[in-house]
Amino acid sequence: MRKSICLALLSCSAAGATGCASVEPWVKPYERQYLADIVMSAERDPVAASYINHVFEAREGARGATGSHGGGCGCN
Amino acid sequence: MVSRSMIRLFALASLALVAGSAAQAAVLPDDRADAMYHRYEGGGVTIDGPSLLLRKKFAEKYSVSANYYMDMVSSASIDVMTTASPYKEERTQGNLAFDMLQGKTQYSVSYTLSDESDYTANTATFDVSQDMFGDLTTVSFGFSQGWDEVRKNGDNQFKETVDRRNYRFGLQQILTPRLIAGLNYEVITDEGFLNNPYRSVRYLDETSARGFSFQSELYPQTRTSNAIAVNARYFLLYRASVHGEYRYYTDTWGIDANTVSLGYTHPWGKRWIFEAGYRWYDQSAADFYSDLFPRADAQNFLARDKELSTFTSHMFSLGATYELPALGWDRIHRSTVNLFYDRINYQYDDFRDITTGGAPGTEELYGFDADVFRLFISGWF
Repeated sequence: MRKSICLALLSCSAAGATGCASVEPWVKPYERQYLADIVMSAERDPVAASYINHVFEAREGARGATGSHGGGCGCN
Repeated sequence: MVSRSMIRLFALASLALVAGSAAQAAVLPDDRADAMYHRYEGGGVTIDGPSLLLRKKFAEKYSVSANYYMDMVSSASIDVMTTASPYKEERTQGNLAFDMLQGKTQYSVSYTLSDESDYTANTATFDVSQDMFGDLTTVSFGFSQGWDEVRKNGDNQFKETVDRRNYRFGLQQILTPRLIAGLNYEVITDEGFLNNPYRSVRYLDETSARGFSFQSELYPQTRTSNAIAVNARYFLLYRASVHGEYRYYTDTWGIDANTVSLGYTHPWGKRWIFEAGYRWYDQSAADFYSDLFPRADAQNFLARDKELSTFTSHMFSLGATYELPALGWDRIHRSTVNLFYDRINYQYDDFRDITTGGAPGTEELYGFDADVFRLFISGWF
């Protein structure tokens, strides 16, 4: 039983690996002009974004998963 | 003979190709400098100061950045007014970061030092991100280690430590020519002295004229949190974008939180970009939080920090960016002036404003509005 599970996992991994190599990008590089526009940039102003995340962390119980990382502080 | 329209078409296709690769392919961040003045005002607290960032690439494979940040705090918050005296203090923070690009893989390391009169925090980070599947997907992993020293002004013998570790995973996916989505997951563990050495909890005390007294708060020595966020950004049928994010948070102290944010970005003419946004945040209280404990030492752990109470906040944001005309300086090819304003309303469900008077536990619930300003100039070189 364990052997067959291992074989299945190996087969999946191999299929995944070959699949990865052959993935055809469905959005071609020349179709990405909208995504490259400045209005689509999530990190346009790193200093301003880092500051507002600091404001949230200092006043809320929740933290993390913001896509950025600051340092610690005794801000509570 | 190649016609003029063919040349134009070729130029446009080339531009789109370059722009497209810049959208997602592994690229180092732009060379830039930012100088910001920030100000937070609300709940009797004013915090303002500068933040300066300088970032420079070299050899097209490496990038270094340095950030200096300062908070000048003037506090007469509700906590301070009920159990202590207003105070002023400063916090300075320095950050150095180094990025290296190797093929489609980017490695980043950074070190941050934050220092104030009674708290020093050191943080080292390591992150890796990898573009794959024709640059449609970016996967990233990261780890941070923090080691802090907690002190207490007026008590030279008091010295405690905190050990912080962050583990994060990120996924960014181009879904259509107009839509990009992302997922971030982060686990944070803290160990050490996690409460504020000055803050107190209150408990019912018939021997006191007010009907209650205070004792020092006491938190568990460990805390582990899990946060997961999904986000998406969509380019509209005209030149503007909308974005949204949802985050779920839970930790071993019993706090569960939900965050929803929505935003709209709209350029105007050649030089202006306007933004508007709304953010909703809601959390439940920590298991050991109470606004009023029934007696002294009522339980093992005690907290009356309003950040650990049940509350909801609403934030409305407006922002404007103006691209300055060419400055005529060889080194700076683009520069902007930016102003962002946020109005945040906090409303607490189980934290009472004891300055309003009344029998213990019947005082008015606390709430306040905060104004947040970010004014900065940016230059790209």
